[in-house]
Amino acid sequence: MPAESNMLLAFIFIPLLTLLCLLAVKDLNRIRWISAAGMGLQLLNAIHLLVQFLIERSSGNLDPVLFEIQEEWYTAIRISLHFGVDGISVVMVVLTAIVTFAGIFASWTVSYWTKEFYFSLILLSMASFGFFISLDLFTLFFFYELAVIPMYLLIGIWGSGTKEYAAMKLTLMLMGGSALLMVGLLGLYFYSDPTGTNYTFDMLKIASVKIPIDAQRFFFPLIFVGFGIIGALFPLHTWSPDGHSAAPTAASMVHAGVLMKLGGYGCLKVATMLLPEAANEMSWIFIVLATAGVIYGAYTTIIQTDLKYINAYSSVSHCALVLLGICMLNRTAMTGAVLQMFSHGVMTALFFSLIGMIYERSHTRDITRMGGLLKVIPYLGTVYIIAGLCSLGLPGFSGFVAEITVFIGAFQNDDMFHRVATIIATTSIVVTAVYILRVVGIFLLGPVAHEEYHSLKDARWFERVATVTLLSAIVIVGIYPFWFSDMIYESLGGVVMNLGR
Amino acid sequence: MLVLLRYEFILVALIVIFLLAWLIPGKSEDRSLSLFWINVLLFINFLFGFIPVEEGVLFNNMFYTNEAIGVQKMLLNFGALIISLQAYDWLKSNRNAFEFYLLLISTLLGMFFMISARNLLMLYVGLEMATLPLAALAAFETDSKRSAESGIKLILNSVLSSAIFLFGLALLYGETGSLHFSDMAGKLTGNPDGYRDTTLSLLLVFTGFGFKISIVPFHLWTADVYEGAPVSITSYLSVISKSSVVFVFISFLYIALKNMAPLWIPFLMVTSVLTMTLGNIFALRQQNMKRFLAFSSIAQAGYILIGILGASALGMSSVIFFVLIYIFSNLGAFGVVSVISAQTGKENLDDYKGMYHTNPMLSLLLLLSMFSLAGVPPTAGFFGKLFMLMAAAGKGYYILILIAALNMIISLYYYLRIIKSMFMDKSESPIAYFRSSIYSRIALVICFAGIILTGFFSGIFDYFYSISFGI
Repeated sequence: MPAESNMLLAFIFIPLLTLLCLLAVKDLNRIRWISAAGMGLQLLNAIHLLVQFLIERSSGNLDPVLFEIQEEWYTAIRISLHFGVDGISVVMVVLTAIVTFAGIFASWTVSYWTKEFYFSLILLSMASFGFFISLDLFTLFFFYELAVIPMYLLIGIWGSGTKEYAAMKLTLMLMGGSALLMVGLLGLYFYSDPTGTNYTFDMLKIASVKIPIDAQRFFFPLIFVGFGIIGALFPLHTWSPDGHSAAPTAASMVHAGVLMKLGGYGCLKVATMLLPEAANEMSWIFIVLATAGVIYGAYTTIIQTDLKYINAYSSVSHCALVLLGICMLNRTAMTGAVLQMFSHGVMTALFFSLIGMIYERSHTRDITRMGGLLKVIPYLGTVYIIAGLCSLGLPGFSGFVAEITVFIGAFQNDDMFHRVATIIATTSIVVTAVYILRVVGIFLLGPVAHEEYHSLKDARWFERVATVTLLSAIVIVGIYPFWFSDMIYESLGGVVMNLGR
Repeated sequence: MLVLLRYEFILVALIVIFLLAWLIPGKSEDRSLSLFWINVLLFINFLFGFIPVEEGVLFNNMFYTNEAIGVQKMLLNFGALIISLQAYDWLKSNRNAFEFYLLLISTLLGMFFMISARNLLMLYVGLEMATLPLAALAAFETDSKRSAESGIKLILNSVLSSAIFLFGLALLYGETGSLHFSDMAGKLTGNPDGYRDTTLSLLLVFTGFGFKISIVPFHLWTADVYEGAPVSITSYLSVISKSSVVFVFISFLYIALKNMAPLWIPFLMVTSVLTMTLGNIFALRQQNMKRFLAFSSIAQAGYILIGILGASALGMSSVIFFVLIYIFSNLGAFGVVSVISAQTGKENLDDYKGMYHTNPMLSLLLLLSMFSLAGVPPTAGFFGKLFMLMAAAGKGYYILILIAALNMIISLYYYLRIIKSMFMDKSESPIAYFRSSIYSRIALVICFAGIILTGFFSGIFDYFYSISFGI
């Protein structure tokens, strides 16, 4: 087994070892530091993967998937442990590592059942890593379901507000999605070999098989909606506002930052890539839904007064843009969609971490009951404003790069339907600006609302670690987008080729 | 003959040993030593299963055994061993512990003959032998009214279903002139004229099977019997008894009725949808843990039918694999319910509130069992369910598995309810911390390990696949 392949396995084994170490310790500080060390190592591993990937590519290695590793698992039914990464997976792995690392520090103050909390959080993140590097649909599905379940415990035990309702709603809706997905994936398996003998879950092999169009028409909606639910596909997004607002800080961060990306990733690399003919035929349905989601999410945000709901609804809008980019079915729009996945991931994680920190200080998430916070906690306030600017797509931050790429790609489809959908979706930029500026104006600027706010302390060291990690990702992608966008662009070759076959 | 009947002879030997031991006078107060040896014997009985089995027939082709059947018997032995370990807390103070084991081993013996049956009459004898001692076991707590009620309900329903089964059997004999599976397969060739005659008789035979597997609409006895019987018997009924009938049902369908698939496939489809849906809907509102697990086991039977519908090597192996996992997960759940019931007498969901604070290990095992029953990774239940649905998908029954998958969401709701109760709800008086006996803990650790590991060791499934057959 070559050394590069071990690198991929490490993405599963590092969290696994961290989990085992966690089981052995009781001391609060050790729990924190073991988690931080494990996820720090994971972040280094992700950066190492990114660098290795870029080196391989620049040395002219044009294989669609790099660092491949395959081990037989269930030989009787040809399920294998098959891992490998392309540019999209690398970007997603880096995102997961960044968000989880920040999440560990953002939840430094969790004191109730700390061990169980970090255990669930790292399990969640491990499942996401496994999902993004899987090339076998079985393991992909395994990790997908594994990622959903810890969320129930995280929200239900450590959440706030209507946590039990929100936890149940989120879990059932996402598992509902996975029910649809399961049928679709089993369908792919049994259509993966026209001769009917060597069925496989191997994505690379299925991609080269042309599945009959009738079967595609049945399975494409199942898979796309199945993944779409976790990607907040309108009108099945309703778990998101409730779930994210009830979840504890780090759980919201990882869930909105990473788990919602599982949806976009799956829609792109499973639904669209493996069932391209149906995607060509049916993408219009999802364009309508995604456009509606973009607009609905943006407008709903305007009237929210709870900071978490504001971010949750704006996530619905931003994630719908991911699905819109994918459904536009051209290379530029899809590149934008993946960039948007990354950008939204770090941005929303930053928002949720800030909201958690602000809530700890002000004990309310209602913006109308706060005011002038920028004066008393300037660091957190400034970072919030920067995140807001990224959200409304200001050049220099990742949000701008991602959105503009999606819209440019979308506009390349020169028929009336796509143009109209694009134009409608574009208006969300204006609406986003409205709600971001409104929120900032109400609770950060203006006079200090309460006397006691003057005694508030600004960010502590662990809060700075969390925010700086996320902030640097936003800025780096904003300034040097081509590192990522080139990687994504060339990795989309397979999807685009399938779509044109 | 001795070799082919190995499993059965060992059980007979056990019965004789227990009988003789029963006659030894004295030391009636302290049962712990005898229980220790009983468990050792049951463990040895399980270990004997690892000796390879030869294929062969006996009694004029009535009795058949091969590797697959050996594995099935071994699974049942294994389940019985775990149940026996879990029953320790309950039995150590019971004067009739030997009777318990006599009856238990007798039902197991009946099941073994039933699984090996390649003739409907033999099957019937085995079925009866498996059922009658069970009724006595259900009524085992002689001073409890509920236990007696449960025994009566079980025996009445069993007798009814046996009568129906016998009637169908008689009709089938009239039509085919034979009760041997292989001969019947030749006669029941499935031409449209034959359908009219055989539909009724097959329906009656299926009814008999349906009662034992408790598929809807023949499930009505289940909840009451499960609730009233002692927990060990409830788990025995829901895991061992059910699985054994599933095994022989597969043999009957895949061998005797292999040419009649167009007739029984729609029947099984309808009953499986009804079974899982009704089982799930009724499970939603249960408060008593045993009743709850009863309905959940009805729903699980619905999923098993889907695996059987696969009618392929994948279908059969996935069902055997699921049974193994079901032993771990359901006995894990019943094990927790059983030790709590033995220690505190509490059996209601509300009593479990806040249990993680006081009994973290039991709560974690129950959490894993619930996830495994719900089919959520990384537990083994995920693999078990997915493979059964995969078997059905292989035949193109996508709508059916979509219904099954949506049913799993309903079931997830009530499994999560238990978890919510233990981990999220606060309680004034949670179940106090207690230490269960070493036997129960061994059983629980086995279940714990099984739930976590079975899915990852693919060799087990691959082996089951290699010994399975389809139509």
